[in-house]
Amino acid sequence: MSTDSTRPEGITPSQTVGPFFHYGLTPGTAYPHVPVSADGHVAAAGTPGERIVLTGRVFDGAGEPVPDAMLEIWQADSDGRYAHPGDGRARQSNSFMGFGRSDTRADGTYRFETVKPGKVPGPGGREQAPHILVAVFGRGMLKQLFTRAYFEDEAANASDPILALVPEARRGTLIAKRHGDTYTLDIRLQGEGETVFFAV
Amino acid sequence: MALILPTDSTAAHPPSLHPAYTSTVLRAPQQPLILVPHTLTELTGPVYGHGKVRDTDADLTVQHAGEPLGERIIITGRVLDEDGRPVPHALVELWQANAAGRYVHVRDQHPAPLDPNFTGAGRYLTGEDGRYRFTTIRPGAYPWRNHHNAWRPAHIHFSVFGPSFLSRLVTQMYFPGDPLFPFDPIFNGIPDERARERLIARFDLETTQPEWALGYQFDIVLRGREATPMEEPHEH
Ligand SMILES: [Fe+2]
Repeated sequence: MSTDSTRPEGITPSQTVGPFFHYGLTPGTAYPHVPVSADGHVAAAGTPGERIVLTGRVFDGAGEPVPDAMLEIWQADSDGRYAHPGDGRARQSNSFMGFGRSDTRADGTYRFETVKPGKVPGPGGREQAPHILVAVFGRGMLKQLFTRAYFEDEAANASDPILALVPEARRGTLIAKRHGDTYTLDIRLQGEGETVFFAV
Repeated sequence: MALILPTDSTAAHPPSLHPAYTSTVLRAPQQPLILVPHTLTELTGPVYGHGKVRDTDADLTVQHAGEPLGERIIITGRVLDEDGRPVPHALVELWQANAAGRYVHVRDQHPAPLDPNFTGAGRYLTGEDGRYRFTTIRPGAYPWRNHHNAWRPAHIHFSVFGPSFLSRLVTQMYFPGDPLFPFDPIFNGIPDERARERLIARFDLETTQPEWALGYQFDIVLRGREATPMEEPHEH
């Protein structure tokens, strides 16, 4: 245990990711000198589970697309297990990390290729419906916002303990619509249809 | 998992809406955030291993054929949790402007020269002691269009992964004594002066290498503490 004399006076505060994060965090192929820590390819070929695309657009309070946001996602594997020591259960695939990062294009589009997560344990022994945790960063955002993506074709949404805390009229902002293997979820930072963001 | 993430410490962060930083005005939510318990989803997060990061990722002065122009500096510090315990295996990413205040980014319009020997991006994976260390050059201040004659104080962007997705931090490190501090709405978006000061690196003669580079210390404190048996991880 640390002593009081070494205990920090507080956490390091957040600052915006700014407009120029791309070459540091989402270099893609545009900045070949920069190594890629994470990108939109979340699940490698052969990862067990149903392959899906999660995509959508980010909009500001004027309804304009946000071309300089960055989304990060964190999810369980298809069995609902996290690649983290905090989830001690054995996993089918050790190569699936469950973390992805996507910038937004000029039209505000983000995109992840992944596998659909399974149900995961929730508070009080209740199960959570399959979901993906989403953090939104951007120019003009002094700290990240947290939201979740659920899937419209999951019956478990009806008993999900986190969705239950969201006023019914706003739950739809968290539920991705399915077309084939693509789930679409737009993120509205402000105004009409504003996405539900969580205090966590 | 014995990790807890108290929410009171997040008061150190700036609010989403800080009108002096004009881009926040249309990008800050207007609805209240919805308080939810921390589940396994929030209490876990990506784990990076060795092998992902190369030695040259931490030295931004050796990534090209020649040496970049500017004042060579060393930045080192520890990644800690709220109790002051080191966070090992934390991925630290940084990116910055060159000595002239110009980013290599394709959208940077500032009419200052690019440096063919400087990209300005680096990574480090902390050791067991939570320490990271970068060699780079001191970035220049640069103008932006937030208001008339707006200039950002010299800064380095940091991105840090801690033990959970909620520990994730993106921030900026500043240099001591910058005359631009009083005029910068991003820095001053942090309400508490002492919290703002935590973003200012400390010049350190011990880190300074004779006839080579000035040294700075910058510790990064992430959300998260070890739970004691008296604390219940799922309640706020
Ligand atoms: Fe910057």
